[in-house]
Amino acid sequence: MKCESPPLVTANSTPSIARFENVGLRYGLGPEVLQDVSFKLDPGSFHFLVGPSGAGKSSLLKLLYLAHRPTRGLVHLFGRDISTTPRDELPALRRSIGVVFQDYRLLDHLSTFDNVALPLRVAGIREPDIKRHVRELLAWVGLEKHMEARPPTLSGGQAQRVSIARAVIARPRLLLADEPTGNVDDRMGFRLMHLLEELNKLGTTVVVATHNVSMVKQLGHPVLKLDGGCLTVSPGANAGRQAMEAGGRA
Amino acid sequence: MFSRRTDLPLDKDPLSRFLPWLIAFMVFLAALAQAGLIGLDGMARRWDSGLAAMMTVQIPSDEDGGADEDARRLQRVLNLLSETPGVRHVEVVGQDKVLDLLRPWLGDLESADVPLPRLINVETEPNADVDARVLQQKISRTAPGAQVDDHAVWLARLIDMVRTLEALAGVVLLLILMALAGTVVFTTRTGLTVHHGAIEVLHLTGAHDSYIAKQFAGRAGLMGLKGGAIGLLLAAPTLLGLGQMAGRLEAGMLPGMALPLVGWLSLLVLPAATSVTASLTARITVMRNLRRMI
Ligand SMILES: Nc1ncnc2c1ncn2[C@@H]1O[C@H](COP(=O)(O)OP(=O)(O)O)[C@@H](O)[C@H]1O
Ligand SMILES: [Mg+2]
Repeated sequence: MKCESPPLVTANSTPSIARFENVGLRYGLGPEVLQDVSFKLDPGSFHFLVGPSGAGKSSLLKLLYLAHRPTRGLVHLFGRDISTTPRDELPALRRSIGVVFQDYRLLDHLSTFDNVALPLRVAGIREPDIKRHVRELLAWVGLEKHMEARPPTLSGGQAQRVSIARAVIARPRLLLADEPTGNVDDRMGFRLMHLLEELNKLGTTVVVATHNVSMVKQLGHPVLKLDGGCLTVSPGANAGRQAMEAGGRA
Repeated sequence: MFSRRTDLPLDKDPLSRFLPWLIAFMVFLAALAQAGLIGLDGMARRWDSGLAAMMTVQIPSDEDGGADEDARRLQRVLNLLSETPGVRHVEVVGQDKVLDLLRPWLGDLESADVPLPRLINVETEPNADVDARVLQQKISRTAPGAQVDDHAVWLARLIDMVRTLEALAGVVLLLILMALAGTVVFTTRTGLTVHHGAIEVLHLTGAHDSYIAKQFAGRAGLMGLKGGAIGLLLAAPTLLGLGQMAGRLEAGMLPGMALPLVGWLSLLVLPAATSVTASLTARITVMRNLRRMI
């Protein structure tokens, strides 16, 4: 099955954070989970990624955070073609990407503090700086009282905030969140979403996979829609406002 | 080398709790092998330098002639030896020393109790190549029943055997280190599987393979050091006991087999060797296996 009129994305002069060209992905010998996916993420943009369960949202995000390589097509990240990037240069790219995993993927034997500190330690930041930054951020997400707690003792909402804090601690250029509000009530969901929007205002490019329709409508960001392995892009309700802001910045 | 904080819960792995004991056992064996190696080497060396150019002439006591005849025979043999080319030094072994040498076989006795043979130690020029058989013929003419023992012959065989044992001990040492490396490869691979999820998170967070390898290497190095220390502690009393037994065995001419101080010190190299071997093996294993991940 082929996707109908895949939107053509051509390389242009404006540098993109990420660019997919006719990307296909299959697991093993299975069917193509993604077919001819093409899109582009401009710096500072905020996208929702929607689609029914099993549509391939997580798979697409995995391509973006370099957990998988595409079966075919081109993936460009920060202006680099991933297929020709040597393996030992991938960590540097990954350090510019923050990921909120669908299942958090916190390290259970590490404290909240150490979980959030992980990206900084991996990047070789000095311990005093790590202490300062992590404390600051944990206070900001309201977890300063749980710094020494292990993930298994945290509530769903708390664990979600820890995973978001870990994703943003190193100030990534690209933030990918896989159903970050899937396990919390609406109120907490909106609070977390506002946190991501704050980051976006500071310049981080954001992609949020979700099936929360009311949130997509209410926040009005442009939408990447996956269905049957095909991707369609539609401008969000407040696309005009974003364009204006982008124009004002330029 | 060993960072205390790790991002992976390697200290909780059942394997890492059992690894030090396995290493301890290996180091115990390695310590015995190495001590044997050092002991044998020292022995061979001392024999080589001290006894290679030695012969012993043994003149049995003449029961009919009595002490006077024994003295005359001794003098004749000494004269003959001093005329023999290639003989550098001749020394008559005192009767009390002869008694000492016989004690293990005959028990305590006085020189008057039995007719003692006279022993002469003959030192030859190292390169002279004095033929023991020719000497034997000449001497038995002046002193019937006299025996010439050429140390060089049996010493050469003994040293050959010691060198073979040494090589064997060296091979044992090498095999033990290889077994250790094999064990570490196995435990490290298991660790990689057990912690696959956490390792993936580290990778996706931007960790280089070396960052992850360092944690495994540090852990393995610590296990190696710990196991090495335990093994050495267990080996020390064993070696002391063996040394004492060897000391009791030493009969006059056999050079001591007890471990010299340098030997003891060189055993300290073992925990360092196991630590470095374990650490390096873990590092290489991790680096090799992670290369397959994206
Ligand atoms: N590791 C995998 N191996 C095999 N199939 C997979 C794997 N991950 C996902 N899939 C399949 O790919 C399809 C898309 O999955 P996913 O990307 O998780 O969708 P979504 O996140 O939109 O629910 C599903 O049919 C799923 O079964
Ligand atoms: Mg998913």
